[in-house]
Amino acid sequence: MTSLTQSGPARPEDKAATAAHDRQKNLSRIGLVVAVIAIIGLIAAPFFVYPVFVMTVLCFALFATAFNLLLGYTGLLSFGHAAFFGGAAYFTAHAAKVWGWEPLSAILLGAAGAGLMGLVVGFVAIRRQGIYFAMVTLALSQMVYFIFLQAPFTHGEDGIQNVPRGDLLGLVDLNRPLNIYYFVLLIFLVGFFAVWRIVNSPFGHVLQAIRENENRAISLGYRVERYKLAAFVMSATIAGLAGGTKVIVLQIATLTDVAWQMSGEVVLMTLLGGMGTIFGPSIGATLVITMQNYFATSDVPVTVIVGVIFVLCVLLFRRGIVGEAIRLMKR
Amino acid sequence: MSSSPADAILSARGLTKEFLGFRAVSDVDLDVREGTIHALIGPNGAGKTTVFNLLTKFLTPSSGTIFFRGDDITGVKPADVARLGLVRSFQISAVFPHLTVLDNVRVALQRKAGLDTQFWRSNRVLDRLDDEANRLIDAVGLSAFAGHDAAELPYGRKRALEIATTLALDPPVLLFDEPMAGMGVEDIGRISDLIRRIAKGRTVLMVEHNLSVVADLCDRVTVLARGEILAEGDYDTVSSDKRVREAYMGSEDE
Repeated sequence: MTSLTQSGPARPEDKAATAAHDRQKNLSRIGLVVAVIAIIGLIAAPFFVYPVFVMTVLCFALFATAFNLLLGYTGLLSFGHAAFFGGAAYFTAHAAKVWGWEPLSAILLGAAGAGLMGLVVGFVAIRRQGIYFAMVTLALSQMVYFIFLQAPFTHGEDGIQNVPRGDLLGLVDLNRPLNIYYFVLLIFLVGFFAVWRIVNSPFGHVLQAIRENENRAISLGYRVERYKLAAFVMSATIAGLAGGTKVIVLQIATLTDVAWQMSGEVVLMTLLGGMGTIFGPSIGATLVITMQNYFATSDVPVTVIVGVIFVLCVLLFRRGIVGEAIRLMKR
Repeated sequence: MSSSPADAILSARGLTKEFLGFRAVSDVDLDVREGTIHALIGPNGAGKTTVFNLLTKFLTPSSGTIFFRGDDITGVKPADVARLGLVRSFQISAVFPHLTVLDNVRVALQRKAGLDTQFWRSNRVLDRLDDEANRLIDAVGLSAFAGHDAAELPYGRKRALEIATTLALDPPVLLFDEPMAGMGVEDIGRISDLIRRIAKGRTVLMVEHNLSVVADLCDRVTVLARGEILAEGDYDTVSSDKRVREAYMGSEDE
């Protein structure tokens, strides 16, 4: 009995516990430093790098970050996230071009539309687990693809082209490179912060418990379907935010954005960077987009190179780049 | 079919589960009396864990009825069974492996504290649960491990952590599925003591293979074999039952 209730001071284990706590604190401090450096770098970036490239990276980084909220922090592998990214792209493009909406409202409409689609897809999908969940999301996103292929407003194979960038809130001309760059950076930071906040909130704590052991969470009285659906809708909405912003940047919405390859790409970005880490998906997205740009003109098909890197990633560093870095620092 | 005794907190009547024609549990009547430690024993494949899953609604019965404090809970979902105060453990230790010991217990506490849906607040608000969490962690002898990931704990300690998270809900009824499975002698003693201690003022139903633990700990024993109840009574009555000895023959001859 005594061994169960002993609570004397200065046991060696106490020191170990404190050490573990300190390591955790150090890691979050490093995270803060990385975030500050990254923000400064992003503010300076358009003076050194082609802005449209950085903006494209930011959109995909936000998309992967939103996806990671599900895969990394809730343990749900959606294989249909292109539906939300691409769906929002079409909504935003239509609103901006045909209805002549101001760009921010068009983007927010896209995000809201994606969230609504997420509610429907999530409602059906969360009834299944593991690989079946992935298959249901894939099947539903293929249905979405087909709808967008057929619907007249999307213009089929042509897509919606020449989407105007417009004037932000009627005041700021987004055709000027620096204006649109800082607008996109702001959206990225807001979306990224939202995911960070959700992950590090009481709600996010429950999500992680569900990821770790769903049955145990149920046996502690959590109605896990509700948490999963909420996380799904949040993830879809932020993925939509990314998709809508991409349209304002590249001025085009096409079937590529809703195709299943896009769903696969976001899985790749997240795994490569490190799922369940806050910075991993952004780093993965940066790598993938950079490679696609770099090898776009080479003789070797870019898909082969990306495929090889993915295989190496799975074989050699399964936690992804950031995941492995954290493991090394924890030692 | 008898009506349940007045002091039964958890009862089953005609509980049956078929899997593709195989009757894993057949017409089981069970009464767990309030304030007792009740054991469910039987040879491998007797249907003990299935009964457990049926009682906590992780499986849906093919037929039969389950009562908790006289109310029919047969149609209630598993999370809601837990909310009623019927909290179970699992055969494989049920912890959240990549959360710390402290966070494991905080997950259990945060729902009752109304801190389970806020996605806009910092999880620092969970710090206010720390005192109670540490008290529970201390009660199961894990205070030295509070900052460690649950995955790093040795098996017996994981079980202790699981008990701490279960206790965090302060449930009137605890269901333990083989709490001593795969444990060494030292851990068995520790967990037995712990269960005896926490059972005060509560009701415990446990599946257990270790008969000396059952003899030592339990007020009442139900023996299952091939999905049916073979015998019920205190340990001495049950262990001297001829049919029970036959069912256990080869594994438990004395």
